[in-house]
Amino acid sequence: MPIHDQGYRHYGGDRASHGRSWEVIAKTGIRTFVGKRAFIGLLLVAWFPFFVRAVQIYAAANLPRAAFLAPTPEMFRQFLEQQEIFLFFVTVYVGAGLVANDRRANALQIYLSKPLTRTEYVFGKLAILMTFLLLVTWVPAVVLLLVQIMFAGNFIFFRTNIHLFPAITLFSFIQVLTVSSAMLALSSLSRSSRWVGVLYAALTFFTQAIYGVLYEVTRDSRWSWISVPSDLSQVGDFIFRLPLRYRTPVPVSFLAIAAIVVVSGLILERRVRGVEVVA
Amino acid sequence: MADLDPVVTLDGVSVTYGRSPALRGVTTAFASGAVGLLGPNGAGKSTMIKSLLGFIVPDQGRMRVLGLDVAVSPLEIRARVGYMPESDAHIPGMNAVSFVAYCGELAGLPREDAMQRAHEVLFYVGLGEARYRNVETYSAGMKQRIKLAQALVHDPDLLFLDEPTNGMDPKGRDEMLELVRDLAYNKGVNLILSSHLLPDVEYTCDHVVVMDKGRLAIEGPIAALKQPRGKVYELRVKAPGGSPTIDAFVARLRVAGLECRATDEDVMRVFVPGEGGARELFALAAAERVQVRHLRPSVPTLEDVFARAVGEE
Repeated sequence: MPIHDQGYRHYGGDRASHGRSWEVIAKTGIRTFVGKRAFIGLLLVAWFPFFVRAVQIYAAANLPRAAFLAPTPEMFRQFLEQQEIFLFFVTVYVGAGLVANDRRANALQIYLSKPLTRTEYVFGKLAILMTFLLLVTWVPAVVLLLVQIMFAGNFIFFRTNIHLFPAITLFSFIQVLTVSSAMLALSSLSRSSRWVGVLYAALTFFTQAIYGVLYEVTRDSRWSWISVPSDLSQVGDFIFRLPLRYRTPVPVSFLAIAAIVVVSGLILERRVRGVEVVA
Repeated sequence: MADLDPVVTLDGVSVTYGRSPALRGVTTAFASGAVGLLGPNGAGKSTMIKSLLGFIVPDQGRMRVLGLDVAVSPLEIRARVGYMPESDAHIPGMNAVSFVAYCGELAGLPREDAMQRAHEVLFYVGLGEARYRNVETYSAGMKQRIKLAQALVHDPDLLFLDEPTNGMDPKGRDEMLELVRDLAYNKGVNLILSSHLLPDVEYTCDHVVVMDKGRLAIEGPIAALKQPRGKVYELRVKAPGGSPTIDAFVARLRVAGLECRATDEDVMRVFVPGEGGARELFALAAAERVQVRHLRPSVPTLEDVFARAVGEE
């Protein structure tokens, strides 16, 4: 009997119902990144500001001379702004190759020959990126809120600023969804993850530079809707009930963000296919 | 053509890429067992498979796979079929066993079962010793095997194999064909093998569907298609007048109702219908002043069937 006869037999076990494949994609992707030392290092660095803020909250709660360090709602907004740099690096590290590498290896036809839809594929990839981005934005911000309650030993700050938890949650999710969908769309445009990283940096910094030039020329901050980071800042200030830093109406910034998500979705709809037709 | 219930049926299927038609109103059925999908490059074989998988939506026509409508139940179909693509394809950054297990999970298998199946299938395709190597370091032949493994991991009822021996050395090719044959005849897996290599199809399949320029050229059991309807001769001639004289001789053969085609070995294969035979060939050669240097009776091959179907000269 040839050796290979010992290897193949029919499968009689369970099979999952359709619609869960995105979870398989997400879990596998997350496991892959967690297994990379460099990425774990990046995550640890991204949590450094959290520890600084935790020490600040501890000092304010326990040392009378450090009362001026007492947490405010602005502190949480500032914390999320500080995390933007890590948001950028994690987005590039994780997101650039999510679709680009699959396109380079012709993996899309493997994926889509299995019982999963294109939407499930995109959701699975999106879930990988969003998980890590929430891990450097929403998770530390919420833990910081818990740390404040823990060190203060009461709920006074939490109750006084009851809007903080929903604000942190809403803003983090808007920020992460915008960034993730844009990165995923860019990743589907190329087979090179490096090139995707460059494109993403260009999207971030180039739009900011254009706004900067327009502001210098017109001295009017109404042009801030052109810049993706400014749109997110404007929406963040609004959600945290802080004074707005640009004259752009908030609905316009919201619309700009919605446009990014919609355009990203359209790009993904066009690029994520089992077959690439060059007519 | 099917002597059993067909596993795949196409009814008037047309596919167009931009302005280029790839499939033109194809109506056919693939019997259970091993069926070869033959045709020259650009005949529409890969387009047909990709349409059956739901990658391409046809402009018109209906398709059924394992009794399910492709337009209505693509996911149910994909859960029951395996696809081995023509081009190199893998999930980047994974070793073979992780890759195949991942494909099993995507097909709905629980993680533990998928991992166990991955090991089994990798041994089956001959990659047992290399299963912990990154797929990107594999040779061309190993990449073909891993593509077969990922298509098999969830134990499909039907396999689509698109040019499975592409880029393989002769030994690897023979082993791949043995695997395909074993799957079809010993493991009870239905398969459709798309290829332009006639010996591959002839060795592994008992039915064939021949495509040409997006149309169905011929279909049926290989044995029936090869049934002689006349006699076949291998013929080598020499003419004092050179090529024009030989061309005139070939034209005369055609006028007389004899089909002929050139082979790689500088001989013609001539099909003499009915009761005619060597005597008729000698007479025609003499009339054109052509010397017959070699004449040998032969038997019809799948290559002859293919050449006739696609009109090769």
